[in-house]
Amino acid sequence: MPSLPSSSAPVALREPRARGGDDAVVARTHRRIHRMNRLSPWLFLAPALAFFSIFKFWPSIWGVYLSFFHVRPYLGDEYIGFENFQRAFTDPDLRAAVGHTVLDAVVAVAGSMLVGFLLALLLEGPARHVRILRTAVFLPAVTAMVAIAELWGALLFPGRYGAVNSFLGDLGIGPQPFLSSPHSALWTVMLVQIWKAAPYDMVIFLAGLVGIDRQLYESAAIDGANGWQRLRAVTLPSLKPITTIVLTLGVIRGLRVFTEIYVLTGGGPGGATESVVTTMYKTTVVAGDAGYAAAVSTLLLIATVLLTCLLLWWRNRRENA
Amino acid sequence: MVATALGLRAPRKLTARRSGRIAVRLFLYALVIAIFMVPLWSMVVTALSGGDPQLGQVYLAPHRLSLANFATAWHFGLGRGLLNSVIVEVFGLTLQVAVSAFAAYGLARKRFRGAALVMLLILATMMMPEEVIAIPLYLVLGKVGLLNSYGGLILPIVGWALPIYVLTGFMRRIPMELEEAARVDGASDLRIFLRVILPLSLPALGTCAVFGFLMIWDQYLLPLLIVQTPKMNTLTLLVTSLQASQEQGEGVRLAAAVVLMVPSVLVYLGLQRLFERGLLGGALKG
Repeated sequence: MPSLPSSSAPVALREPRARGGDDAVVARTHRRIHRMNRLSPWLFLAPALAFFSIFKFWPSIWGVYLSFFHVRPYLGDEYIGFENFQRAFTDPDLRAAVGHTVLDAVVAVAGSMLVGFLLALLLEGPARHVRILRTAVFLPAVTAMVAIAELWGALLFPGRYGAVNSFLGDLGIGPQPFLSSPHSALWTVMLVQIWKAAPYDMVIFLAGLVGIDRQLYESAAIDGANGWQRLRAVTLPSLKPITTIVLTLGVIRGLRVFTEIYVLTGGGPGGATESVVTTMYKTTVVAGDAGYAAAVSTLLLIATVLLTCLLLWWRNRRENA
Repeated sequence: MVATALGLRAPRKLTARRSGRIAVRLFLYALVIAIFMVPLWSMVVTALSGGDPQLGQVYLAPHRLSLANFATAWHFGLGRGLLNSVIVEVFGLTLQVAVSAFAAYGLARKRFRGAALVMLLILATMMMPEEVIAIPLYLVLGKVGLLNSYGGLILPIVGWALPIYVLTGFMRRIPMELEEAARVDGASDLRIFLRVILPLSLPALGTCAVFGFLMIWDQYLLPLLIVQTPKMNTLTLLVTSLQASQEQGEGVRLAAAVVLMVPSVLVYLGLQRLFERGLLGGALKG
């Protein structure tokens, strides 16, 4: 970082009086200070803008550009117009992957918010034992998804001796196939996602609960409201705005699910858990068709941008209303 | 007791009804511990145990304590993976926080034409996370010769909108008088940034460091695309490359997963307050 000269108004005021002379020099100094003043914020922003340009904007634009090509290593890329997009809209595998992704995003996010809310109700308060429990419960949320997926991959072993199945056996429930059956694999992935995300949502709800005016509870209690009524009349309405935002953001984020699916099932069995990003990854790495993958990633980018804008518009309208 | 959504109200005598409620509460605590803590506990215990559990089996109580699983994982490249991850983490996080702090100073403390556009561009990158642009990013990295290199693992994660956003918000709230006082003494912008603004921003920098640490430590798709030789494996890649085998059972894989988990848990427990503040401040918007 080059050292930045001072760009201070006080100096500019002091200098001409103190030296009391050469107007040309003063004017030059003024111009220089003025220029540095204008340049200075850009020097501070330069590194960030450089990194964003190379590793965010260039790939995003490049990806859109590549969508119109049949990318062939060593042979040169071939322009094919909208063919990749046409293929994307008719590809049954991609359609299935979009279905899994949307279902997964909605169910996993709603599920983890519900569990997170229940955890927040149970673990709210300043008591020491509750605080320790909260810290402990939060550990899945900070642990790397890869470690979580490896752990649950082991625990959910489909045989009768798998850890979870032998526990279910003690309860008198027969062994479940979990990740090994196309009927249950996606739901099992969702359970793992909920397990990891619920503590995170708990913290957000805890903050929402702290923000609720204690007097509301007390006046509700004086009015004879029981716990359930207080929950419905005071707690839930107060948490509604934060819930909607966290839910929408979560779903948008859920559209790019990759790690847990790739580690837990690799997209299987029989493509039953394939998501948009796992499809994209395999199209590039296994099938070597980067142009088609770029078209899919362009569509995913458009979907993300549209949904985010929709959320922002909706939030603005609410705040202004 | 403080009134909470479902909280018990003012202390009353221990009636049958009240002790029933306490019992329900204790049962729910136990359930929460069983669901959220026991799996992690069993992972650590199984990793530290000797013997050979069958596939899918874990220990709930330590069984012949031994580090054999870690030794086997080490033999398969755990050390190299750990080293690579630490290298990526140290350089990536340092660059990420430094670059974000500089940018935040420019955005928070300067008025200049185009500031709104820059903020908009930076926020727009939140809609371009690694997963969405992974494939073109991979091709770009190939073009500039960064595949299978530390540069390819480190440089793409330096630019992150979240810390810029958090730090900008924080720096805006630092009173302008502090900066002006230094300016009267003839300090340059850079000096003011390093000597006045940065020290005052330490709490926000800490929050950003915690989030950046976890973000970099959890990277998976990017390394999966970039790394082409086992020598460059990061810890996450190493963990998923270890296959459970009949002889070793789950122990070795879980041992590697424990090594992956421990640093994040330590960072979280050590800096819990910074972490939770960030979660409630800027992270919601990410």
